[in-house]
Amino acid sequence: MSKEEVVLLDFWASPFCGRVRIALAEKGVEYQNREEDVLGSKSELLLNSNPIHKKVPVLLHNGKPVCESTVIVNYIDEAWPSRPLLPTCPYERARARFWGDFIDKKIFEGGTKIWSSKGEALEVGKKDFIEILKQLEGTLGEKDFFCGDNFGFVDILLIPLTTWFYAYEKFGGFKVEDECPKFSVWVKRCMQRESVAKALPEPEKVYEAVLMLRKMNGIE
Amino acid sequence: MANSDHIVLLDFSGSPFVMRVRLALAAKGIEYQIKEEDLTQSKSSLLLKVNPVHKKIPVLIHNGKPVCESLIIVEYIDEVWKDRCPLLPADPYQRAKAKFWADFIDKMVHPSSYKVWAANGEVQEAGKKEFIDRIKMLEGELKSNPYFGGETLGFLDIAFLPLYYWFHTLETFGKFSIEAECPKLVAWGKRCMEEEFVCASLPHPHKVYDLVVEYKKKMGI
Repeated sequence: MSKEEVVLLDFWASPFCGRVRIALAEKGVEYQNREEDVLGSKSELLLNSNPIHKKVPVLLHNGKPVCESTVIVNYIDEAWPSRPLLPTCPYERARARFWGDFIDKKIFEGGTKIWSSKGEALEVGKKDFIEILKQLEGTLGEKDFFCGDNFGFVDILLIPLTTWFYAYEKFGGFKVEDECPKFSVWVKRCMQRESVAKALPEPEKVYEAVLMLRKMNGIE
Repeated sequence: MANSDHIVLLDFSGSPFVMRVRLALAAKGIEYQIKEEDLTQSKSSLLLKVNPVHKKIPVLIHNGKPVCESLIIVEYIDEVWKDRCPLLPADPYQRAKAKFWADFIDKMVHPSSYKVWAANGEVQEAGKKEFIDRIKMLEGELKSNPYFGGETLGFLDIAFLPLYYWFHTLETFGKFSIEAECPKLVAWGKRCMEEEFVCASLPHPHKVYDLVVEYKKKMGI
């Protein structure tokens, strides 16, 4: 078998990059990690590989770029088919994609409203965010992971985003564990997986990065 | 399995998202029942029951089980009826490209198109420029192929074709010509319209315009 070249254009704090790091680890794929200076100047390689969005993550597989984290996770699942990340039944796959899409649309944007606002806007943002987590908690139910017994696609899309929750809790004056205890149990369960623990940054470090983002955006 | 399938599509005429699902079902030759939702009125109890999270159409109800979000529904249809007319390519890299561009259409092209038909003044002007810039990027993906899917209509063609059906509406409200800016894309759209299953499943572009005018009036846009 010819040697595969897998490169990830990465940023340590990005939860979207975190998704790809976890997916690659789950599949046992060796890759080279290239850290991008996303707040400074982006590399030629990034701008050439993702000319449309100019964002990380980008996965380069034998030189061919794949962009958008959810698309990349799907690609990894298909290009390295052992240990599938999605269920086999089409209806369950559609359900997994639905919740993946929900997570994509709601979580990061919802969290941004918390760290980038003050006063009334922050309170509304916090209330909406907790509602979103409660919806996810409802769909998790009594299962260990979102699609059942096995860690998979939906868990991979969601768990990196939780590294930003400590920052939201600090700015919003709330604790996810108090509002959504079952959700917190799921977080802890995922963090016990080696692929997850090794791939994700410390929430305290993310908080420092968010503090810097606030300063850069003139929010005090 | 095919003969005992019961398929219902919650629909709203003119919606480009519902049109995607109609195209996928027609491409695969699947029979289904339409239940028209009137989005200018309050939502039906059925819609609220089958899509409690977003409360939006389209919803495909397959043997009583609901599938929501148009691109997810199209992929579901492709997987269930995998014995005929594949919509997504087999190769993982080509699949990723098709999904990337479909995601681009949803994130970048649709919001711009909304500014063209639902706004006016400076917002509309900005929307027009944004829309053209973005569909030009998509036009580049056609390369020298007749369709985005290559030799036959595929997933990305289905994702974008409803917006082609909206070009007449956008041009009329925006007072501009999309063909002048993106001739390859318009040629692609005309080519798609020659397929029988396409014409049979979608309202004519002039009918789309009438539907949008009526919708705007009822919603006070």
